[in-house]
Amino acid sequence: MLAQLTRDERLNALIILFVVAACGVAMMIAGQGDPLGLHGGVVLAAAVLGIFGVVAGYYAPEPSEARFSQYYDDPSKIGIILAMGWAVFGMFIGDWVAWLLVYPDLTFDAGWSSFGRIRPVHTTAVIFGFGGNALIATSFHVLQRTSGARLPDQLLPWFVLFGYNLFCLLAVTGYMMGITQSKEYAEPEWYADLWLVVVWVAYFILYLRTLVRRREPHIYVANWYYMAFILVVAILHIVNGLTLPISLGSAKSYSAFSGVQDAMTQWWYGHNAVAFFLTAGFLGMMYYYLPKRAGRPIFSYRMSIISFWGIVFFYMWAGSHHLHYTALPHWVQTLGMTFSVMLLVPSWASAGNALLTLNGAWHKVRDDATLRFMMVAAVFYGLSTFEGSFMAIRSVNSLSHYTDWTVGHVHAGALGWVALITFGSIYAVVPWLWKRERMYSAGLVEVHFWLAVAGTVIYVFAMWNSGIIQGLMWRTYNESGTLAYSFIDSLVAMRPYYAARAIGGLLFLIGAVVGCYNIWMTVRGVPRAAAEVPAASADPDDPIRQPAE
Amino acid sequence: MAVEERDKHSGYMTTGHVWNGIKELNTPVPRPVWLFLIGTALFSFVYWLLMPAWPVGVTYTKGLLGIDQRTTVAENLKAAALARSEWTQRIESGSFKEIQADPHLMTAVRQTGHRLFVDNCAVCHGTDAKGGKGYPNLTTTSWLWGGEPEQIAETIRVGINSAHPDTRVSQMPAVGRDQMMPGKDIPKVVRYVLGLSDPAAAKDMPAGEREAARTLFEANCAACHGEDAKGKIEMGAPDLTDRFWIYGGDQQSVLATIWDGRQGHMPTWEARLSPVERKILTLYLVDLRAKTP
Ligand code: HEC
Ligand code: HEC
Repeated sequence: MLAQLTRDERLNALIILFVVAACGVAMMIAGQGDPLGLHGGVVLAAAVLGIFGVVAGYYAPEPSEARFSQYYDDPSKIGIILAMGWAVFGMFIGDWVAWLLVYPDLTFDAGWSSFGRIRPVHTTAVIFGFGGNALIATSFHVLQRTSGARLPDQLLPWFVLFGYNLFCLLAVTGYMMGITQSKEYAEPEWYADLWLVVVWVAYFILYLRTLVRRREPHIYVANWYYMAFILVVAILHIVNGLTLPISLGSAKSYSAFSGVQDAMTQWWYGHNAVAFFLTAGFLGMMYYYLPKRAGRPIFSYRMSIISFWGIVFFYMWAGSHHLHYTALPHWVQTLGMTFSVMLLVPSWASAGNALLTLNGAWHKVRDDATLRFMMVAAVFYGLSTFEGSFMAIRSVNSLSHYTDWTVGHVHAGALGWVALITFGSIYAVVPWLWKRERMYSAGLVEVHFWLAVAGTVIYVFAMWNSGIIQGLMWRTYNESGTLAYSFIDSLVAMRPYYAARAIGGLLFLIGAVVGCYNIWMTVRGVPRAAAEVPAASADPDDPIRQPAE
Repeated sequence: MAVEERDKHSGYMTTGHVWNGIKELNTPVPRPVWLFLIGTALFSFVYWLLMPAWPVGVTYTKGLLGIDQRTTVAENLKAAALARSEWTQRIESGSFKEIQADPHLMTAVRQTGHRLFVDNCAVCHGTDAKGGKGYPNLTTTSWLWGGEPEQIAETIRVGINSAHPDTRVSQMPAVGRDQMMPGKDIPKVVRYVLGLSDPAAAKDMPAGEREAARTLFEANCAACHGEDAKGKIEMGAPDLTDRFWIYGGDQQSVLATIWDGRQGHMPTWEARLSPVERKILTLYLVDLRAKTP
């Protein structure tokens, strides 16, 4: 890894690491007796680890000029390994939380393992740990291929990748200590938020620096989406993260907004996190790996254009549908609802564009589980965006809101769309990155596919059932005109569905573990078929080429 | 440099751009997509006309239907209260006896009471009101503060050792810890107390020792629990001769009770539940006890 860095870059890496270490020490001193101090220790430890790594390889020979004739893929490789690690960790915690709702004693009487703490550990680990690392790793890969340009240097990508993972680590360890901003999907406190801003700006700069050196005058659709993802997430994160720490020595901060304004800011953020993190980024992924794997041209360039601008424009308005029937003024709810309804059109156009791209390659979908992962992902994308627009309608929302239906909807998107497109892309890119002919075992990809699909379907059906039963129980009146069921009655009714959900989640987790094994065996280079290992990448359209000047 | 070509499978032209082998067809946007977009946009325009929608300066467009969620919810609540008032009024004004004699009203009490009890009381007293350690069983005939409807209603209103100014106050003193009695005598009293409800527990107690224990009890405990140990409602002290225990009837629990004392806390519900709701809960509990064998 370090041998790829020039002497100057190694020096810069050391400087950055020393600055990070100094920040860690400052946090330890200022935050004595506060969780902030502990986090200072984590930051310091991470920096010291990095310093040891750099010093150990400092005098290794410099990389040769020949590197300029190759893409720089090492950060993508490490990013994919990190993504899979976070996937298994995050899904394990997720399934634990699921069982916790069936057997409330599974916290084992510890504070850190209570529902309120490990639930955000789960969501952060899967969304930001798994999803985020997969996005960073694939974006580097796609960006270089579609630009015909190597990443501009060897240091910045590592800064982005490791800096981002440090953020995830601070987030997850913080929740277990009870540190939270109490904003869903934006739980990390101010210092972690500030660090993420630095990392994210570096990511954007890296992207632009590569993109300006592209060979093809047009920018490929995948890059539109990746760029929208990076740019908008930065804006969302900064605005929703505006807080005032109670002191520089404390982890606790208070939001700059209050009351319903705070709620609106949070759900403007929250829904656009779904839009730009969990949708735009992964559409970028889909737009590269799906046509590549299918060997087909994108069905319609024109449809890509209207979908992209439709998604970017309509999503921005939709956040208020999370606050129907609340203190939020009615007119804001109207806008949220109507824009959510219009949003269905570009969403379905994207899903349709993906599926129609497969015309002429359906035989491959049948035979190739990797491509099938991507195809089913597009179907789930279409299903969950339909469901989302439907649930945004106020009268539907009055039934679905606060119930497990919402949880089911999220997981139709998160498991069915985000995770499946990611696994499909990873199975496509791993052999290309590590220059293997194919994955270690196509059979295990198949096994993973069925486990993932079965897990998703069980999960989503269980939550539809429980959510609708819950919603109905909460609004059923008896002849006397009072509520027929107590809240606990509805919990008792949920229990079998919670058990089913936990089983669905378990299947999904087992699938991810199988995937890890398969990837690991591929990386270790044990080709299943005794075919000779090809010298060049297995991607026929990926000649090792000179980056654009 | 863009070279368009015809895709053999679909028959459409490509745009001529190539990114690492990926091409795009220049297929026109299918008509249904446009229709769908126009349809959803029309729906939105109409909806905006009818409902509160767009901000204009410091106000917003109110919509032709004049609907607003605040007025809607206020009207709905009013209508629902009106529909219920048919029986809630009779509960409010009627005496406990009258209500208990009216099967129609008692149906409403059972339905509504269950929901009210489970939502507000079950976390402590259990969904079946049978209590748990530290929380009394409310289906028994043994009441700390009296089992007449008026007495129960008052307990619910003011609570026990609560923040209410008129709260019922009670305390089982820490007889052992505060050395109100020589420590060596306490095990005797424990056995004596156990024997009150379960003679078998004190069977092999020598007669002299039992007498000594009875004297100790009369001197130290009877003021609150009564000479006959059947409890005193004025003190909120429980009957020790029945088989119901709040804090457990095994030797260890009774020892802990007498050694360290006990003071249960029951919240006041005056500010949180309406008079009708409290009356319903009272009737619900009385009814539940009557139904419990
Ligand atoms: C926070 C826990 C808690 C909740 C909630 C609670 N209670 Fe209690 N309640 C208690 C405790 C503890 C006692 C016994 C106090 C004592 O031991 O002196 C008690 C006692 C009572 C008594 C007196 C029993 C007797 O023997 O005289 C009644 C009646 C009662 N509760 C009814 C209710 C009702 C009705 C509700 C719901 C509106 C309710 N409680 C909610 C804790 C609770
Ligand atoms: C100042 C009045 C007072 C005196 C004196 C007193 N008690 Fe109590 N005792 C109470 C009250 C009140 C309770 C109920 C406490 C509660 O429920 O929170 C109680 C509860 C108990 C209980 C628990 C009953 C159960 O259901 O778990 C036992 C046993 C008991 N007392 C025994 C004794 C003995 C033995 C003595 C004498 C050594 C004694 N008490 C003296 C007021 C008194």
